[in-house]
Amino acid sequence: MGKMIFGRFLPGDSVVHKMDPRAKLLFVFIFIVAVFLANNAWSYAVLLAFTFLVMTISKIKLRYLINGLKPIMILLVFTLFIHIFFTKGGAVLVDWKFIEIHEEGLRQGIFISIRFLVLVFMTSILTLTTSPIAITDGMEMLLNPLKKVKLPVHELALMMSIALRFIPTLMDETDKIMKAQMARGSDMTSGPIKERIKAVVPLLVPLFVSAFKRAEDLATAMEVRGYRGGEGRTRYRQLKWNLRDTLALVVLVLVIGLLVFLRN
Amino acid sequence: MNEILSLKNIAFTYVPDQPEVKNAVEDVSFAVNEGEWIAIVGHNGSGKSTLARIINGLLFPQQGSVSVLGQPMNEENLWDIRSQMGMVFQNPDNQFVGATVQDDVAFALENNGVPYEEMVERVHEALAQVKMTDFLDNEPQHLSGGQKQRVAIAGALALRPRILILDEATSMLDPQGRAEVLATVMKLREETGLTVLSITHDLEEAMLADRLLFMNGGRKFAEGTPQQIFDLGDELVKLGLDLPFPIKMAKLLQQQGVALEGGYMTEEELVNDIWISNFKK
Amino acid sequence: MDIELQKVSYSYGVGTPFEKRALFDVDLLIPSGSYQAIIGHTGSGKSTILQHLNALLKPTEGTVRIGDAIIEHKKKPKDLRPVRQKVGIVFQFPEHQLFEETVLKDIMFGPMNFGVDEKEAEARARTMSKLVGLPDNVLEKSPFDLSGGQMRRVAIAGVLAMKPDVIVLDEPTAGLDPRGRKEIMDLFYQLYEEQNLTMILVTHSMEDAARYADRIAIMYNGRCVLTGAPLEIFGDAEKLAEFRLEVPHIIQFQKRLEARLGFSLPKLCLREEELAETLAAALKERER
Repeated sequence: MGKMIFGRFLPGDSVVHKMDPRAKLLFVFIFIVAVFLANNAWSYAVLLAFTFLVMTISKIKLRYLINGLKPIMILLVFTLFIHIFFTKGGAVLVDWKFIEIHEEGLRQGIFISIRFLVLVFMTSILTLTTSPIAITDGMEMLLNPLKKVKLPVHELALMMSIALRFIPTLMDETDKIMKAQMARGSDMTSGPIKERIKAVVPLLVPLFVSAFKRAEDLATAMEVRGYRGGEGRTRYRQLKWNLRDTLALVVLVLVIGLLVFLRN
Repeated sequence: MNEILSLKNIAFTYVPDQPEVKNAVEDVSFAVNEGEWIAIVGHNGSGKSTLARIINGLLFPQQGSVSVLGQPMNEENLWDIRSQMGMVFQNPDNQFVGATVQDDVAFALENNGVPYEEMVERVHEALAQVKMTDFLDNEPQHLSGGQKQRVAIAGALALRPRILILDEATSMLDPQGRAEVLATVMKLREETGLTVLSITHDLEEAMLADRLLFMNGGRKFAEGTPQQIFDLGDELVKLGLDLPFPIKMAKLLQQQGVALEGGYMTEEELVNDIWISNFKK
Repeated sequence: MDIELQKVSYSYGVGTPFEKRALFDVDLLIPSGSYQAIIGHTGSGKSTILQHLNALLKPTEGTVRIGDAIIEHKKKPKDLRPVRQKVGIVFQFPEHQLFEETVLKDIMFGPMNFGVDEKEAEARARTMSKLVGLPDNVLEKSPFDLSGGQMRRVAIAGVLAMKPDVIVLDEPTAGLDPRGRKEIMDLFYQLYEEQNLTMILVTHSMEDAARYADRIAIMYNGRCVLTGAPLEIFGDAEKLAEFRLEVPHIIQFQKRLEARLGFSLPKLCLREEELAETLAAALKERER
């Protein structure tokens, strides 16, 4: 699990890192929709090239993305093969014993893999270059208009930021309790499944007890520091929309234009 | 002297429907003057933490009253009074609300609707006071326990309170962290004359105070200067507290038949006494 | 049962951009029957070492020998239970590991994992709970209804009930008040003396190390920088200062006193009672 990078943040100083999280969120949302515009070799090539361009600008190494996203890559290869072997149509490329590969299957397989790849890469670049708290801030600001329809945007954002803040703490805690129980002879990493499930109880009970204790302490600390809901609060974290944010979105719009032009 | 906080005949129980259970706090009265450092000491379960929560209006006593700056505390002025009192708790992790150091310090300011420009100024000022300016953007998991507690102090200071309450704020720290936090509080007192109320079973911390309040079984057992309290000697030990090193050492020496004057708080004084009582006759 | 670390290195998160080396070539021999203190500040690597002492971590490089068991990076571990049964660890804030419905069951959890039958486990639980000073009426209560100090005792009884040969203590008194602290440390010392155990105390308290241990190891930035007898280590204030550690209070006091009195006591003392006796004797000697 330590090697998995999906959803993790890697601090850096690239232009992408410095962008306003709102711009990055909008960018990724629009990009996800735009991916489905591609429907031929040229348009997929543009998508792929654009994704690698963004990756280069954000100074994230390809090797790192591929290594860190291994489980997802396996899924990708799997879909590729499914399409290659089972989608029929077009000329037959290979016909060997019971294996039959059709042109359409190969085409479909490659297209879907690219689509999948650029989606995963682009969202990973978002989370790798944006701290979780900045993502939360961006979401809160983007969703702000929904306050009018009584969506508790502030509360949701605060909940999310506190949850994010406590993830490392609780991970640490889990590790500690697990080690303590292992030292007492409990083993949740080997043995038959039934035993392993039983071994989870000594981990979960203390973890819940401590999480509740933390929640209680935290609520007290917040109350003492004058927290009484979103009313009348000011914001310390300010977001700043710069020229580069507008530019990024303009470039995206141009790419979409190109995709529309290329598709058939 | 200006009285900043006073408690009168406080009684409190966690289970009001079970009169047979002993009250957690029983008939406690005391007053704190502006600029004073007062320490509430006692073993775990002596009622000292309950008292801290009553002072801050987290708990309301069944009997007695709490006044801050001459105003009796009630549900209407609770939030105002709270903004006059900063509080730091025991567990450094469980009071860190913000994602980074500066966000955490700003939390109380945000809650009180302080405008952005002023917030930035106050956050930096408070962090400078606890010497954590270099850690503005650090996340809590990359800070030591002592650093987290200093951030918590800054978070309390940002509101510019009149009183700082430390509720066993050093008890989960390593010696280094403890020293850091205590040095920070001492420096603050020197520079700003802040009133400090610390709840502790740490002797070093207690000895820094001007006045000690010794709790036992929910009651005020004794009150006085550190000297007066530690003169109680064995009685303290019996009630679960330790004696400061010089006093403990002096007692052991007297048991061994070494002539001593007694009545000191520092090692220097003890060393001198051993010298004078045994060689300068 | 000896425990020996040979050229042990350990890194967290190997192969990720978050990789961090925590131990560098640590050599340490803990002979059977000793009371070993491992001292260091937070981040010195002492808690990483601790986890090697009963194979909770495998060294990235080097060898850990626990009795007959050899733990190395390459080797696929067989069943580690025999090792873990012999080396009990009392973690910092051990009360955080309690989970059973009753105190009794929680203390029985360890022994039963190691194949002790229920009757024997219960008998052990009763003995151990008495030993750590728990009143009889708590055995059927939920551990979560006890006070903090009592919960700690339950957790300690849970480790003792495994009947380990080696007990590793990780800041066992953190968060306790002075009385609780002394009671717990004295309890372990008594066990050490009466039951011929090996004790390993991992701590940042120079005071506790001076008072109880007969061997000291100092950790600094992931390296084991000093090992030796307490008097050797604590006698050298300059060396300790290099590793940002202070000489125990009692020795500081003795040095100060000797400077004032103008003569040295016959020996350095690690316990207050010892110092009082030595000083009294020296003063009488002078009077004559």
